[in-house]
Amino acid sequence: MKVIYTDSLVIGGGLAGLRVAIASMQRGYDTIVLSLIPAKRSHSAAAQGGMQASLGACIKGDGDDEDVHFGDTVKGSDWGCDQDVARMFVNTAPKAIRQLAAWGVPWSRVRGGDREVIINGEKVTITEKHEAHGLITARDFGGTKKWRTCFTSDGTGHTMLYAMDNKAIQLGIPVHERKEALALIHEDGVCYGAIVRDLITGELAAYVAKATTIATGGYGRLYSVTTNAVISEGIGTAIALETGVATLGNMEAVQFHPTAIVPVGILTTEGCRGDGGLLLDKDGYRFMPDYEPEKKELASRDVVSRRMTEHMRKGKGVPSPYGDHLWLDITLLGRKHIEKNLREVKEICEYFLGIDPVKEYIPVRPTQHYSMGGVRTNATGESPTLKGLFSAGEAACWDMHGFNRLGGNSVAETVVAGMIVGEFVADYCAANPLKISTATIAHFIKKEEKKITDLLVRDFGENPFALKAQMQQIMMDKVGIFRNGPDLEKAVEELTVLHQRARHIALRNRISSSNPELVEAIRVPKMIKLAQCVAYGAMLRTESRGAHAREDFPERNDRDWLRRTLAAWPDDSTDLPDISYEDLDVMKMEMPPGSRGYGVDNIILHPDSEKRMAEIEEIRKANSAAGRFELQQLLNPTPIPEKFKGKNERIGRGYK
Amino acid sequence: MSDQARVLKFQIFRYNPLKKGDKPRMVTYEVTEAPGMTIFIALNEIRETQDPSLQFDFVCRAGICGSCAMVINGQPDLACRTLTANFADGEITLLPLPGFELIGDLSVNTGKFMRVMSERVESWIHDLHADDVNYDALEERMDPDVADEIYELERCVECGACVSACATKRMRPDFLSAVGFMRLARFALDPRDKRTDDEFYEIMGNDDGVFGCMTLLGCEDYCPKDLPHQTQIAYLRRKMALI
Repeated sequence: MKVIYTDSLVIGGGLAGLRVAIASMQRGYDTIVLSLIPAKRSHSAAAQGGMQASLGACIKGDGDDEDVHFGDTVKGSDWGCDQDVARMFVNTAPKAIRQLAAWGVPWSRVRGGDREVIINGEKVTITEKHEAHGLITARDFGGTKKWRTCFTSDGTGHTMLYAMDNKAIQLGIPVHERKEALALIHEDGVCYGAIVRDLITGELAAYVAKATTIATGGYGRLYSVTTNAVISEGIGTAIALETGVATLGNMEAVQFHPTAIVPVGILTTEGCRGDGGLLLDKDGYRFMPDYEPEKKELASRDVVSRRMTEHMRKGKGVPSPYGDHLWLDITLLGRKHIEKNLREVKEICEYFLGIDPVKEYIPVRPTQHYSMGGVRTNATGESPTLKGLFSAGEAACWDMHGFNRLGGNSVAETVVAGMIVGEFVADYCAANPLKISTATIAHFIKKEEKKITDLLVRDFGENPFALKAQMQQIMMDKVGIFRNGPDLEKAVEELTVLHQRARHIALRNRISSSNPELVEAIRVPKMIKLAQCVAYGAMLRTESRGAHAREDFPERNDRDWLRRTLAAWPDDSTDLPDISYEDLDVMKMEMPPGSRGYGVDNIILHPDSEKRMAEIEEIRKANSAAGRFELQQLLNPTPIPEKFKGKNERIGRGYK
Repeated sequence: MSDQARVLKFQIFRYNPLKKGDKPRMVTYEVTEAPGMTIFIALNEIRETQDPSLQFDFVCRAGICGSCAMVINGQPDLACRTLTANFADGEITLLPLPGFELIGDLSVNTGKFMRVMSERVESWIHDLHADDVNYDALEERMDPDVADEIYELERCVECGACVSACATKRMRPDFLSAVGFMRLARFALDPRDKRTDDEFYEIMGNDDGVFGCMTLLGCEDYCPKDLPHQTQIAYLRRKMALI
């Protein structure tokens, strides 16, 4: 039995995982990162457009601060987020970006003086402040009041990931590549690491750790068309579910990005619209102002995706052999801008579509993009039900995104959560000696060994590739942008059948070492379980909130549904997860539920909303001399680690 | 789009070093071409419907992550963004990238090579104060043009195409290669990195470093990101020759 001991085991080598690893290493704990692939190839690298942090250095970000970022994030989440977490996040984001600047990210900088930009389809000259020259600049993104999205051209994720991985290499953090965690080791409600398969040799090993962090990204590949990388299959999330102890939060909250290219689903960044690009229909008509006169193309992602779908349903889509699509027009931005700030987009258009976006429109359609749901954690990043299990980044439901994530808040979450959760992971390593019997370790290894042996000896059975394709089609057809009861019921039924069939997978290639079919056979049953959590959670949630849009329940129902869905799978022999709910406490909210400002408000109010609003008003009146920091402390005290409590400086404003 | 779909003929290198008795060979697969088909799509179709043991690496499938470089009809390139329509006769030969440890079939261990490279060139900002930075305060300013220039050189995706196309690497197993030079050029340009020219000389001032380059420039020809390898190698060589 091969056993490897460490203090802090991190599963996933993307931005969030590496940042947690750096935190625990810097605090003096032995740390190992597991990754399916070389860390620098993680899906974090594909984030193009940018990272939100309220630095307020560019002129269009003037007046920005943590409070404005907080408001945008909560509204964006359709009040589904955990406001403590959103608060911790917005306060720490400026520090995260500045630390990354010191670690080597070549953030695009403010150039003092006049520059020409496109706003609302018009050329406008804006004048950057000379005193801000050389500070980190920002671009406009959807659902934000200020230009807050910091960037390096449209390779933001790439430069962040390279700086982060380089930092990990500098610290000597071992990244064990081509390793897949198959199961978590746990006993009496405490997690002790994972059983891990070497994807080259097939060897199983136990990685035994004090703290285990899941940072494996989202589950976009549950859908047949997604912007996500092929490794974004949610396996880390699934092994948490399979403990039967850890819970998953809001799995039905799935984001569709407005502008992925047709048919392959590769993303073109929100920066295209942030920088002034427009959405056009088959007549070349700009339709978004008709639906959203205020924010137009830069409404929140869930809103734009729904409006595009509505418009196509009216027959305004451009017909193609792959179904209808719309046009993204960035020609008005000009060659110079595109070749400098949107060059990945240009490359993607050239290689995959054979078009030049400087001169031609880009065919786009809303496409699965982000998983708001994931391993449910409390504000420290730890599972509330399985001690010693942490999660960060897209894999987690830390819950700063609620039912819709703002563009630019994803890579921001990875590094901010990495910083914050990393400190709590280190605290946990400090406080908890490792106490686990080797008999327990052996039990978990043998269990995984048996599953693999069963797969290798079975003569006839199901084809894992076929099961996966069927699951992905069900998710596409019945658990998409617009959802309804009958379709969701059918999806749950069909997925349950797939779940049962997945117990009888047989292989054609029966070797235990490097074997893509075996990898698929191990993953597909896990993916189907996640798909069941998504579909079942969506079926039960009889309201519309953020990206979860029910045609049969179009109103946001705060009265009955201001609650987080929790999925658990305590008994492996059952065919469906257990679903329960966790109420969001309006009386503790810094920002009680209100209108997002899109379309016509369709809200069933929570009885506490007005009460809390009045209470906040009173607190404000009683503390009329209090500054914004004191007021925030009164309204929403949050558990930010001591080292991140400092105020953030801004140009022209100091620490105010 | 023609009415009749073509049948593509793939010749693929097959060898699994972990399978006893397996021998390197070329195997032919036929795939019906679909509009917009890439080598990524075709290889997955072969794996799913014809041979589930076929090994290859893709991650982003969008030309961003650098996982899928392989030798396509004799030339190293990213397979995910190579359209099958580019090949007029419909015949496509795929070989694993040379210069790297073979995992199996088309899969090679670029990750291991790149980690060693990063450790060798110390691919990080050298500044004793980088960890004490007060991140509450305004960040250090940087000239906007300098930031853009650094990004130009940072666009490398560590795909390994330059290494596989390098004749010097073939002769000198420990040759640092263009990917390492590009990384050094990127940090040499960065005002945040406090390394002196002498310190850079320690890393690359020998025949396994920048003086070993025979200037055949396969790196320049085959870099899928069109990075300026020729200019940067010349720049580093001149800088080092002055030491």
